Amino acid sequence: MIAAADILLRLAAWLLVAPLLPGIINKVKAWVAGRRGPPVLQLYFDLAKLWRKGTVLSTAASPAHVIGPAAAWVALIGAALLLPVGPAGASLSFRGDALLFVYLLAFARFCIALAALDTGSAFEGMGVAREVSYAVLSEAALITALLTLCVQSDSVSLATMLAPSAGTGAALLAAGLFGVLLAENCRVPFDDPNTHLELTMIHEVMVLDHSGPTLAAILHGAALKLLLFAVLLAEAVLPLGKLTLPQAAGALIAAVFAVAVAVGLVESLLARLAFRRVPLLLTTAFLLCLFALLVAWKGGKP
Amino acid sequence: MNPRREFFLLSNGASVPWADVPEWPAEAFVAATAAGLERGGRLCAWFGVPEKSGTRLVAVIAFDAENTLAVGRSAPVGKSYPSLTPRQPQAHLFEREVWEQHGLVPEGHPWLKPVRRQNGGQPAVGEFFRVEGGEIHEVAVGPVHAGIIEPGHFRFQCNGEEVLHLEIALGYQHRGIEEALAGGPQRATMSQMETVAGDTTIGHATAYATILESLAATEAPLSAQWLRSIALELERLANHAGDLGALANDVAFLPTSAACGKIRGDFLNLTALLCGNRFGRGLIRPGGCKQVLEAARAAQLAEKLRGALAEVNEAAEWLWESNSVRARFEFTGTVTASQAAEIGLVGVAARASGLVRDVRFDHPAGWHRFAPVPVAVWPGGDVFARARVRWLEIQRSAKFIEEQLAAPAEGEGFADPGPPAGDTLAVMLVEGWRGEICHVALTDRTGKFRRYKIVDASFHNWTGLELAMRGQAISDFPICNKSFNLSYCGFDL
Repeated sequence: MIAAADILLRLAAWLLVAPLLPGIINKVKAWVAGRRGPPVLQLYFDLAKLWRKGTVLSTAASPAHVIGPAAAWVALIGAALLLPVGPAGASLSFRGDALLFVYLLAFARFCIALAALDTGSAFEGMGVAREVSYAVLSEAALITALLTLCVQSDSVSLATMLAPSAGTGAALLAAGLFGVLLAENCRVPFDDPNTHLELTMIHEVMVLDHSGPTLAAILHGAALKLLLFAVLLAEAVLPLGKLTLPQAAGALIAAVFAVAVAVGLVESLLARLAFRRVPLLLTTAFLLCLFALLVAWKGGKP
Repeated sequence: MNPRREFFLLSNGASVPWADVPEWPAEAFVAATAAGLERGGRLCAWFGVPEKSGTRLVAVIAFDAENTLAVGRSAPVGKSYPSLTPRQPQAHLFEREVWEQHGLVPEGHPWLKPVRRQNGGQPAVGEFFRVEGGEIHEVAVGPVHAGIIEPGHFRFQCNGEEVLHLEIALGYQHRGIEEALAGGPQRATMSQMETVAGDTTIGHATAYATILESLAATEAPLSAQWLRSIALELERLANHAGDLGALANDVAFLPTSAACGKIRGDFLNLTALLCGNRFGRGLIRPGGCKQVLEAARAAQLAEKLRGALAEVNEAAEWLWESNSVRARFEFTGTVTASQAAEIGLVGVAARASGLVRDVRFDHPAGWHRFAPVPVAVWPGGDVFARARVRWLEIQRSAKFIEEQLAAPAEGEGFADPGPPAGDTLAVMLVEGWRGEICHVALTDRTGKFRRYKIVDASFHNWTGLELAMRGQAISDFPICNKSFNLSYCGFDL
């Protein structure tokens, strides 16, 4: 009974907090540009609006078009439940859950891509091709980062892996994971979440044909994924396991907020990359994680 | 008729009795036009004038180096004539247009298809050039786009992310302006001219007003010419500032994008200060200007101009100093100087390919005869060069306005030009902010328009965008497109 309540509470926390992050990013961008910007809670309003709307389906679309976003959303929630939240630990924790975490993220991407391809639109095919090509590189970086944590904690369970700080390689790991976070969440300089130009889109073009509740699922899933990566980054770098509960909670919240502000600043001050240069930056992120792995492996344990 | 006669030479903004325009049989006319273009001319306009026994072709050629325009016409053509395009690619759209409007077939035209003809509710876009192959895919964009922009259809032949070929099909904004102008000038004509391309109100209105003055063998009062030249540069300032911001927006570079959107509004408000309308509607009339800029408002204009210029310079500086922006702009969407010359690019796009080509300098008319504007050129032909030329022109336009405000022309701003002469052809080129605007009017016996031809800079330059995209990443199309920023309605007419 208590376990069920625990899961429900965590679930509610993940789902409710997630849409806050894009709001913070947009506020930072508006502040840099000297604008007032949309309210921080804008995504909540958008989700509520979309939920009430109907869905417009292409005659070419199969059920995969609707099931895809729903399945992706559920997979992301699963990944969220595997990720420990500071000293409170994870709802589910077992040996090898780090692998499941990676696979759930990959599964969510697969579902979104499938739903996009289902429309038969040339744009969406183009977006999917871009998304999965860059995923090859960003997943490599993510897996290397998790491997680093495995090596230094001698464990393949996220709860144990994320308890201590990343030690000597923390700065490398932080930089590498931040790169992965930007790429995985389609932020500048990899993608431009604000663009209306179909030909330059990656993630946005994959969701062009979705509407109503399925679009809400995709938008909420994207916000959840951003939160996941922000928490993962914070926990990989900060030694939350050594802090008291209030300290750890405060540090985690501050770190996630800092990540959102950093994303906003990057987005305000950098132009996005040409597509042919994206692999270069992703490879850099991969190399940073690889060096963090070498440090963890040869540099001794903290 | 002596077939060896030369084209009739005239200066910009002048008119010539229709009977004095030399005439050739169709084949000789095409050959004479080609010869003129080969010795350094540029095709400004090429259109048909329907008559009972067929359609006459009329060519307007600009000899930039000699600061002279040349006009010639053919004898009435029944069905077909040998195409000019194989010898002079810059004629390709003109010949398609004549074929579409008058049914004259240019024999040997390599790609004869409609330009904008309506076929039911839609333009007849015809067949697209296709690249065959298992790895080739076709991407169709538009006419409905994901933003609030004008409609146009873009067909890409792609190999993965690389564009092998782009073909642009327009016509969705066709309003029948040229047809509506025939039989004019009427009460509505001036308003129609101001909306040929709404963002080039001053450019087209100046061209039309000068045509009517020229047909009446008069000129606008000097103070009106002075005010028109200021309004023309204000229009350039607003649009160039907006374009720099739009370019920044397309590469997601927030600071310049946000600032320039606001600064564009500041420049538009300066035009509003002149005449009460941000786009300059109602300012220019045949015979002069409806407004006089008195000293107090001139001083206010000068002061606000300095403020807006300082802001746009700061915003542009962020753009030039950002490495991430330069990485996107440089070597993207290149049109070489020889390509630009071959297809007859005009305006910003031509000058960004290193061609020294500016109507204000080459064919000065109106106030530009007294106050020249230096030509802004940048080599390279890429997106960066086109952005850079815009920025240079912002500097020069602002300096020009400042100088003119310091030394105003005095006197009345308006003098009724009187009725247009009959059976006369008048030509006027204006360097609008996009590039050359060409208006040609031919009157009938009673002084009404028998034919009124408008060529916006976009008509020349869309082909430049097609060439710029060859071998580029398809994701770079938006910034290439924005760097040209061509008009759809100015093309579709």
